[in-house]
Amino acid sequence: MGFFWTIVALVVVLGLSWRYLGSYLAAVFDGRVHFLGPIERGIYRVVGVDPDREQSWQRYAASLVVFSAISIALTYLIFRIQGSLPLNPQHLGAVPPALSFNTASSFVTNTNWQNYAGETTMSYFSQIAALTTQQFVTPAVGIAVAIALVRGFSRHGASTIGNFWVDITRCLLYVLIPIAFCFGIIFVAQGGVQTLAGPVTIHDHLNGVSQTIPRGPIAFMEAIKQLGTNGGGFLNANSAAPFENPTGLTNFLSIYLVLVLPFSLTYTFGKMVNSVRHGAALLAAMVIIFGCWVGYTSYAEHQGNPAVAAAGVHQSTGNTEGKEVRFGDTSSALFGVASTSTSTGSADASYDSFTPIGGMGLMSGMMLGEVTPGGDGSGLYTILVFAIVAVFIGGLMIGRTPEFLGKKIQAREIKLAGLASLVMPLTVLVLTAIAVSLHAGRAGPLNAGPHGFSEILYALTSQGNNNGSAFGGLSGNTAFYNIVGAIDMLVGRFAIIIPALALGGALAQKQPVPASVGTFRTDTPMFVGLTIGVILIIGGLTFFPAVSLGPIVEQLSHHRFF
Amino acid sequence: MTDTQARDPQPPSTELSQPIAREPRGVAQARSLFDRAILRQAIIEAFKKFDPRVQIKNPVMFVVLIGTVVSLIEAIVHPGLFAWSITAWLFGTVVFANFAEAMAEGRGKAQADTLRKMRAETEARRLDPQGTEERVPASSLTKGDLVVCEAGDLIPSDGDIIEGIASVDESAITGESAPVIRESGGDRSAVTGGTKVLSDRIVVKITAERGNTFIDRMISLVEGASRQKTPNEIALTILLAVLTIVFLPVVVVLEPFGHYAGAGVSVVVLVALLVCLIPTTIGALLSAIGIAGMDRLVQRNVLAMSGRAVEAAGDVQTLLLDKTGTITLGNRMASAFYPVGGHSEEELAAAAQLSSLADETPEGRSIVVLAKERFNIRERDLGPDHTFVPFTAQTRMSGLDVDHRQIRKGAAEAVKRWVAEQGGTPPSELDAIVERVARAGSTPLAVAEGGDVLGVVELKDVVKQGIRERFDAMRQMGIRTVMITGDNPLTAAAIAEEAGVDDYLAEATPEAKMALIRSEQEGGKLVAMTGDGTNDAPALAQADVGVAMNTGTTAAKEAGNMVDLDSNPTKLIDIVEIGKQLLITRGALTTFSISNDVAKYFAIIPALFVTTYPQLHALNIMRLHSPQSAVLSAVIFNALVIIALIPLALRGVRFKAASSSAILRRNVLIYGIGGLITPFIFIKAIDLILVALHWY
Repeated sequence: MGFFWTIVALVVVLGLSWRYLGSYLAAVFDGRVHFLGPIERGIYRVVGVDPDREQSWQRYAASLVVFSAISIALTYLIFRIQGSLPLNPQHLGAVPPALSFNTASSFVTNTNWQNYAGETTMSYFSQIAALTTQQFVTPAVGIAVAIALVRGFSRHGASTIGNFWVDITRCLLYVLIPIAFCFGIIFVAQGGVQTLAGPVTIHDHLNGVSQTIPRGPIAFMEAIKQLGTNGGGFLNANSAAPFENPTGLTNFLSIYLVLVLPFSLTYTFGKMVNSVRHGAALLAAMVIIFGCWVGYTSYAEHQGNPAVAAAGVHQSTGNTEGKEVRFGDTSSALFGVASTSTSTGSADASYDSFTPIGGMGLMSGMMLGEVTPGGDGSGLYTILVFAIVAVFIGGLMIGRTPEFLGKKIQAREIKLAGLASLVMPLTVLVLTAIAVSLHAGRAGPLNAGPHGFSEILYALTSQGNNNGSAFGGLSGNTAFYNIVGAIDMLVGRFAIIIPALALGGALAQKQPVPASVGTFRTDTPMFVGLTIGVILIIGGLTFFPAVSLGPIVEQLSHHRFF
Repeated sequence: MTDTQARDPQPPSTELSQPIAREPRGVAQARSLFDRAILRQAIIEAFKKFDPRVQIKNPVMFVVLIGTVVSLIEAIVHPGLFAWSITAWLFGTVVFANFAEAMAEGRGKAQADTLRKMRAETEARRLDPQGTEERVPASSLTKGDLVVCEAGDLIPSDGDIIEGIASVDESAITGESAPVIRESGGDRSAVTGGTKVLSDRIVVKITAERGNTFIDRMISLVEGASRQKTPNEIALTILLAVLTIVFLPVVVVLEPFGHYAGAGVSVVVLVALLVCLIPTTIGALLSAIGIAGMDRLVQRNVLAMSGRAVEAAGDVQTLLLDKTGTITLGNRMASAFYPVGGHSEEELAAAAQLSSLADETPEGRSIVVLAKERFNIRERDLGPDHTFVPFTAQTRMSGLDVDHRQIRKGAAEAVKRWVAEQGGTPPSELDAIVERVARAGSTPLAVAEGGDVLGVVELKDVVKQGIRERFDAMRQMGIRTVMITGDNPLTAAAIAEEAGVDDYLAEATPEAKMALIRSEQEGGKLVAMTGDGTNDAPALAQADVGVAMNTGTTAAKEAGNMVDLDSNPTKLIDIVEIGKQLLITRGALTTFSISNDVAKYFAIIPALFVTTYPQLHALNIMRLHSPQSAVLSAVIFNALVIIALIPLALRGVRFKAASSSAILRRNVLIYGIGGLITPFIFIKAIDLILVALHWY
């Protein structure tokens, strides 16, 4: 399938999903879907939740934080005692403390940054009970936050924004588990490995070498890895490995699964605020930036590597270093952009081997705050934060105090939106500065000079944005990077979630101002442009100096940009 | 206003042919934007404002100040032309910001000085309970004191006339030289301290505490002493603080980043970069924009009691406009006599003229004029045996009892009831004529003598010229106009149609008006209205923007959040436009400020690292001469743009009523895209000048 037809097929299936899955999601969170009613009620009874009792934003946030804290503790515990737990055919010992902490933080924040190789570190029990479980739960948490924020817009004079336990339960039961199950079967059918039997050892008589082939419950994890914008693979090689991503179809489905929920949630937003046009406006902002990034990165990779070109080698197939020959340059670039622009971070190629500006395409997708379309739920709530800033500036320019969907954007909302949009660049830049200043940090990168800088910057950008992809050159499994990375991920996740929920709470209380022709329209191309402007300007202005010292310098040192 | 004689809310002299916008006068004596005295004062103030306690209120400029100090220390430790030039221009940036604010305040201060002269110590003639007069200083008066004022006296403080009638010169406040009549009782009993009694004697009951008189409040308003940040200004300040906080680490981390790359990064350049990136343009001009907005209102003789009200004016979605004086010229003119029941037109005219002799309202006078024109009926001496029956809101009639004749004129319903009480029956054709007249938008006035209805006088309402276009403009901006009138629904509908308002409230009572405001507000809309009577006070207080007429009662003036010294209700539309202009100016300069950053990056980033990474010269797309000239050019541009935009901040961006998308498109184009491109041009130009001067 040529690159062009891949794009066409993607547009068609994503378009259909946007309309129908988006609408279905709204029904799920409005409580209109009941086909698993008995199970749902059973869960509430076991957890002790009254599904009809809604929560204020404070209680919602408290539930979320407690739930996440317990998740981190449990996950950490499993890693530490996996040696004594079942489903450990390789008899792997305990995961070291710093790595356990980093990995627990990583999977509970939907980051899936992996400072380890799955096949040689994690037992099957850890893979299933700790990692895959979090891969199901964390997108549910992200989506719940987005829905709670959307309720802030759709409700009037309300003191509650939903019930956290109900929202994640419904998201798991009616959305994530069924879809992941269906796609898991397809992955198995395509040749993805799904077994609890341990690795096999093969003796190659011809060459006289023994080879151990890792196996495991891979295929079903693969489906939720992509659908949940998680990205953490069973195997170290992630989606480049044929057991995870066996065919062109699974590669295509991986890209689809990564994008489907973040894009569809904009329809859900439109549906819930009774204006699909508003959902379409956010979608348009996401698609335009995403499209540009795919185009730019694919082009960069197709151009080939400037260093190789400088050596006088003709590269007719683009930059193939670190690429799966099954997928090639442009398709890998598409996968890479989809993965990095969605906070997924899975990879079917080596991102470290992308051209400097191709790598910048991946890095900058994250630097924009993971909103194009971003992670499950996190993409929507973060782009809403940017939209609020856009509304504020644009609204003023028409001579009205700004309002978004009838809700006045005042000091409190701007404070919260400011906080939410400030956290990520601040954390990433400060931690990168610390890393490049300390010996422990400087010891990490494989390469010297600008590329080494890019590796550090990429790692902390990826973790701060809960993406999880990596420029493989960095040795991350050190005490320094495990701890700093964990802080980066936790702050990057929860310091945005809490203001987002507070924003939902503040907006829900407001009575709407009726729209008139004098109202600032937030469902027009103009507004899409303004929102894109805010995303690019905030992301661009905060990271331009850093990027110019990494990828830009590196690319320019070959005396060309494209 | 249920009848011709309901009341005439306007002093006749000001209303009839008043243009909608006019030259400033009164407290707001016309001053050019850069009046020399204000300019001089502002320059002094600009340096006084260096007080850190003042600076800290503006987080953006406070960061610039800190940056200047850091740069200064660096310049002293490692002296050099470059470090000193940067320091000087950073210092200049702060001075320019202070100057902008001082300029905005200066205009208010000048006005306050004029007002203070009026407050100069006067003597009051206080009446004690026994009725004897004593001379006390005006400053010793308290609420509830009674004072006597006679021709030539300055009224010592605000109050209500409880006895007498006088002509008062209010030019000190309104700038209107024609004296106005003030009398006890009714809606024109309020007098303002500092105005001058020209004739007669009045007794005034003081209603304001010392230090809280109208003039005191005016002084503190125009001076900005009681100025508080408005909600939107606070929100914007937070956004600017957020942008400042973001750029702080962005710049600070360049030191370790540079160190990693093996490049020494100069502190002065980092400070320069920080100051260029944080939104200094809007940060410097923000408070000036707010003050200037209030000032623009003062220029139009409107006093806003709070900045919040000005901001709310921009948000108003419903305008409640009194028909009389706002939409129509205020005075209905008698235009025709329609006799009924076999009476002749002349009979009707004669009776109508008789009943109007004592009616001093313009409507009453117009009947006398029409009777004279049509039938040459002259004013008559009535002899001793006559009594005038004044109009009351209950009877809704007025008239004359003379020589056993009882003549009444008034609202048709009221006259019919009165005729029935007298034992007569109104003729059948009366209703048809009344309806026909009303449907045409005129006011039917029934005239009866004893039990006999003589006919109907048609009073024609004259809609102001150009008002329809203004309502169309309002509609384009999404503002609904509602005409409030005491007329019956038929009349109201006809005038509403002619004037082009969106809706009307007929037979309006204060309660109905209040209910309308409430229902609009419950739907989330902001409502603006004007009012002058005591019975308007609750509605004025309830409305989001309540503009009290200066001719109105003390109660009305206290209830509203703005006072129009010209007492011109049409000005409500101007007020809305000024509110919008204020918000647009803020938004436009914020956008401009942020867009500017792109060019500054392209000037400074290559300059910072080009020695370590020569390939970064490719980013120097402006081809600036040297790293030092590049940084200095960016800093100079950043400082000068503040000065360049002061007139815009004070005047407000050009505002033309249009749909929100048209306004947005225009402003995004000018301030967004323009803000992106402009600095590229000017930074390059400054760089060329620096090179030409052999500075670098």
